[in-house]
Amino acid sequence: MTTAEFAIETAGLTKRFGAQTAVDGIDLAVPRGSVFGFLGPNGSGKTTSIRMMLGLVAPSNGTVSVLGREVPRHLPDVLPRVGALVEGPAFYPFLSGAANLHRLDTADRHASSSTRRARVSAALDRVGLSHAAGKKVHAYSLGMKQRLGIANTLLAPRELLVLDEPTNGLDPQGTREVRGLIRSLADSGSTVFVSSHLLTEIDQICTHAAVMSAGRLVAQGTLDELRGAGDAYVRVLTPDPYAARQTLRALGLGLEHPASERRTDDPARVADTELVLAPLGSIDLEPETIVAALIAGGVRVRGFSVERASLEDRFVALTGEGFDVVQ
Amino acid sequence: MSSESAVTGARRASGWALLVSELSVLFRRRRTNALLLALAAIPILIAVALRLSSSGPRAGRGPPFLDQVAQNGLFVGVTALVVAIPLFLPLTVGVVAGDTIAGEASHGTLRYLLVAPAGRARLLAVKYIGAAAFCVVAVLVVVVTGTLVGAALFPVGPVTLLSGDTIPVGEAFARFLAIAGYVTVSLLGLSAIGLFFSTLTDVPVGAMAATITFSVATQILGALPQLEGLHPWLFSHYWLAFADLLRQPISWESFGDNALLQVGYIALFGALALGRFLTRDVLS
Ligand SMILES: Nc1ncnc2c1ncn2[C@@H]1O[C@H](COP(=O)(O)OP(=O)(O)O)[C@@H](O)[C@H]1O
Ligand SMILES: [Mg+2]
Repeated sequence: MTTAEFAIETAGLTKRFGAQTAVDGIDLAVPRGSVFGFLGPNGSGKTTSIRMMLGLVAPSNGTVSVLGREVPRHLPDVLPRVGALVEGPAFYPFLSGAANLHRLDTADRHASSSTRRARVSAALDRVGLSHAAGKKVHAYSLGMKQRLGIANTLLAPRELLVLDEPTNGLDPQGTREVRGLIRSLADSGSTVFVSSHLLTEIDQICTHAAVMSAGRLVAQGTLDELRGAGDAYVRVLTPDPYAARQTLRALGLGLEHPASERRTDDPARVADTELVLAPLGSIDLEPETIVAALIAGGVRVRGFSVERASLEDRFVALTGEGFDVVQ
Repeated sequence: MSSESAVTGARRASGWALLVSELSVLFRRRRTNALLLALAAIPILIAVALRLSSSGPRAGRGPPFLDQVAQNGLFVGVTALVVAIPLFLPLTVGVVAGDTIAGEASHGTLRYLLVAPAGRARLLAVKYIGAAAFCVVAVLVVVVTGTLVGAALFPVGPVTLLSGDTIPVGEAFARFLAIAGYVTVSLLGLSAIGLFFSTLTDVPVGAMAATITFSVATQILGALPQLEGLHPWLFSHYWLAFADLLRQPISWESFGDNALLQVGYIALFGALALGRFLTRDVLS
């Protein structure tokens, strides 16, 4: 067994469909043991990247290594150690949930026949589907199919789990359960690579993330790096923006946060008030000290807070749009 | 040493699991069973129609062997085969072979089989063996149902062969099984063609229709005297040439010619299917 530093590593990975470049030269590095969020709007190239990692699609350019071995050349060695959910679950509608898992497990020639039944029922149990094991899949709800798809990745202990939009179609309770499941998988030492177009569904469980936008990788790193560590900023709502900026500058705060200040959809904002933002940087000031200084400077403070840039803010800034936008 | 052989033993055992699973999924599907029922209906219809009609068929009219049925029920099976060969059997084979890869693609299960990993070449081989198993079962269903229905509705006795010799019932049934084997082999080339079409598309109905159309078109070409030079190369060329198996002494020559031709088609379309399937992007 190889002990490469990265569970997945790509270099210049590119996929073109005719004239369209679905994945455009991405250099991804997924550390072993991480829970890695692969984020991006619909159509940004996440699934296509995942298909290339799993050998379903041949790259137009560039290379992929999974668990230290280059694919597609070493796929037979790599894939038994990987569990994957790709572009949603897919099953034989005329077979029961358990029969479907049984069928897919036989496809792996290294999977032991003698433990198959036990492994199938353990996997169903783990995703809470034991009660529906004997039901035909055509009678499953979307959420049940999604769970069954996740169960399929758990038929054997895996070093790497690739989960493409695992919370699609799940209710909030199901989403919480999937998060819990991902946490427990990570705790047992697996690397989990999870894609989503909904940041809020996974940002609480990821240790690392990468952001895709229109086929390009626009950011990657630990979650703190992505948030911009220590990048808290002061947020003031006031009809006296000029005075507020002067006061803040006098306190040693930096310039406005340009990406966020462009946002005009702030509900707290009324006709004559403006939003003033200033990164706190390394300055160690209590919020009340800043408010006192603003009032002493004659600034009419109508709203005040000290906030960390949310990941959502970062991603909106990176992808240039909201997260649900279809390109 | 012993543990190593245990490991390879386990590996070999589970390597067959996919084939076992494929066969069980194929033959448990309602669609497969409907196809087999339709095939079983052919000898039943023939036998019942003959039994009900007061005047037996005149010799030389209708399908070969039909005029023999009233004297000997054993001929129902082989008569039904002759009726089924041009269209019904290729149709069912087209449905099953056309579905092999395209059906998995349309369900989306192809990606999960490959990621499992089934191995592309292994999956293709398993799929082909499944289609071939269907050919065996389909032909047997016609012959066995025919023989049973024939025995129930008509007298059964020693069979007079085309060479004029008479053989006992047991041997006659063995001859009919040999014909069943012949017809099964005849369908293996078409199965490979269906497998290839199935790797070209994610729409199973398309692959099925292409396979069936191909079979019909080939038989039309085979019927055109202007294309005589082409005829020995058509996979349907020997489809009805199993009369040799009803002579005394039995001649296996046409069986061999047919088998050789089918092996050629299997090799050609198997290679095309493999070439296509090993390199194709799985986007379903
Ligand atoms: N089979 C295909 N043929 C042509 N274009 C495709 C195909 N599959 C995906 N694409 C295009 O590639 C881009 C990336 O798609 P995808 O990887 O599915 O995005 P995501 O998973 O991030 O939603 C999209 O613009 C999509 O239209
Ligand atoms: Mg996707």
